[in-house]
Amino acid sequence: MKKTNKEKLDFLNAFQKKDSLLVSLSAVLLGLVAGLILMFLIGENGFSGYNYLIRGATMNSRRIGDTLATSTILIFAGLSFAFADKAGLFNIGISGQILAGGFLASVFALHVVLPRPIMLILLILIGFLGGAIWGLIPGFLKAKFNVHEVVSTIMMNWIAYWSVYSLVPLWIESPQLQTESMAVPSDFTFRADWISKVFGGSNQINMTLVLVIVTVIALKYILDKTTLGFELKAVGSNRYCAEYAGIKVNRDVMLSMMISGGIAGLAGIAYYLGYSDRIQIGVMPNVGFDGIAVALLGNNNPVAVLFSGIFFGILQSGKGFMNANMEIPPEIGDTIIAIIIYFIATSILFKNFWGKIFKRKEEKLEIEIEKSKEEK
Amino acid sequence: MWDILVAIFPYAIIYTIPMLAAALGGVYCERSGVTNLGLEGLMTIGFFCSALVIKHYAPYFYANYPEGSFMFSTMPAILGVVAAMAGGAIFSLLHAFASINLKADQIISGTAINMLATALTVYFARTITGSGNIRIIQGIIPRNIPLLHKIPIIGPLLFTKSYWSSWLVIIILLLSWVLLYKTSFGLRLRACGEHPHAVASAGVNVYHMRYFGVLMSGALSGLGGACMLLTYANEFNGGVAGLGFLAIAALIFGQWKPFGILGATFFFGFATTIANVSQVIPQLQTIPTIALKTFPFVVTLIALVIFSKTSAAPRADGQPF
Repeated sequence: MKKTNKEKLDFLNAFQKKDSLLVSLSAVLLGLVAGLILMFLIGENGFSGYNYLIRGATMNSRRIGDTLATSTILIFAGLSFAFADKAGLFNIGISGQILAGGFLASVFALHVVLPRPIMLILLILIGFLGGAIWGLIPGFLKAKFNVHEVVSTIMMNWIAYWSVYSLVPLWIESPQLQTESMAVPSDFTFRADWISKVFGGSNQINMTLVLVIVTVIALKYILDKTTLGFELKAVGSNRYCAEYAGIKVNRDVMLSMMISGGIAGLAGIAYYLGYSDRIQIGVMPNVGFDGIAVALLGNNNPVAVLFSGIFFGILQSGKGFMNANMEIPPEIGDTIIAIIIYFIATSILFKNFWGKIFKRKEEKLEIEIEKSKEEK
Repeated sequence: MWDILVAIFPYAIIYTIPMLAAALGGVYCERSGVTNLGLEGLMTIGFFCSALVIKHYAPYFYANYPEGSFMFSTMPAILGVVAAMAGGAIFSLLHAFASINLKADQIISGTAINMLATALTVYFARTITGSGNIRIIQGIIPRNIPLLHKIPIIGPLLFTKSYWSSWLVIIILLLSWVLLYKTSFGLRLRACGEHPHAVASAGVNVYHMRYFGVLMSGALSGLGGACMLLTYANEFNGGVAGLGFLAIAALIFGQWKPFGILGATFFFGFATTIANVSQVIPQLQTIPTIALKTFPFVVTLIALVIFSKTSAAPRADGQPF
């Protein structure tokens, strides 16, 4: 049956309400086009570049496993940023929180011997706790002294960086290399034979993949169905209004940063006790900054963050294969991510653009509807 | 103790100068009412542009002019500085366009600038050199300032083995103070960051003022990147290791004032130098590395708490006009 004009109009209106999705898709599209231009600019065929990129990430089940392992960390980082951003806090300290959680959990795993299931549960708790402490400090400074969280979390990043730099050699130095920690015994990491087998023997995929899905569902529930979620969103949309309504804004700011840091801490265990099994010193985990991109692309919606994390995981994990087959530097992946974020920042351009197109369509349809009414 | 001080002082200065340049750029930008979280990225652009231009054009000067002449030893560095400032300014247009014309979230735009600068520069550097590092043959040669270096106490500290780039930044700092506080232009610029609507009603184009602020932050951050290359880095290696973020912290620490940020950046520079040389100085070996390394950042956090009551942040900082 052919759609009537009225139905078409309703469809347009419904679609327009999803403008955040439209903005994200437009930004991704433009980012990919910019990547194409950049690849042609250095004299390489951009189309085969993308071909290798995607094949490198998804060619066989082992590569899909590696991609998902990268995505897991990205999704955790994205969820961490999104959760704080819901309460209006810009957590740029995810890298430091990843280090804090990952380091604390690694130290524990290297010094304590326990049955594996208990150990893994404890590691999750400790990782969460480490990140949560690292997030709570800026949250506390924000709530009590109104110190801007952007600067304090950046400082916390460097404090974590240098602390790990100095403490790894003191507590858990590898006997072979001075620049990294001892390898954590595989029983005390989240790697497992069964999940590795599912993904064709991938040695990066690990059980934190399950943990991240649980976290997505939990956050979705907290944000949509609980009083806490409602309060946080209220604080995020208007702090003063929330305060007037009787919400304890300061407590919520601290809580939000704490949970956000805790989720980043989970990224830390996914990184250092799953994807890898040791900590290298003098490396700031850049995935913390990529997490901002993941969250923004997913418009801070946990489920959308899951998908944008997988998308960025493909870009990150396929670039090695592309680099091995073509003369394209692997940084093209990061460049595309950065361009996408810039386009999201300037999303007002697309909103106006799509708004105009929709308006034109709508007007046309409305005129047609009017006409058909008159004919009747 | 005096010997140690004389020995480490030049290093403290060369660590200070790049941060100072970027933070000064931040003063222009934030005083005009635009938050710039992208200083780190803009410094990286300057770092990259200067390395690229010097690597490309220096051989011409080395081939055509006698060793030791001005054109041989200084001209490539000057070209590098100019390229860095131009590159930084052009790149900062991205931030200006997003935050001034489109009224975008300035923190997100700044984050995008940082990510884009790091990724893009390494992308092109790898295309050019394969490894992603761009090494230059020669930076700036440190010289003693005639006469001045003989003055007791400050002579050995400030005027011995100094780089001209450092003096350039100091001169720009002094000129900036005059421009911002002693001219009507400076008054208007600062007013744009406090109460843009009032300035607009007085007939000043707030957009132009803010563009000026952002472009200055780009040019000066670029200069900072070039200073880093020409004094101690000597090769482009992918990023400026958080100096841009430290510059932002120094901006707040120094309360958005030119001489305030001079003090704040020098504090960072000095603390970093002490942490770096602690291994070779016996008196410092008793202090654990972690304490020395994290000291500047912890102090910044404490300073932020202390200043939070009397923060002199421009009132319209970060708010679209």
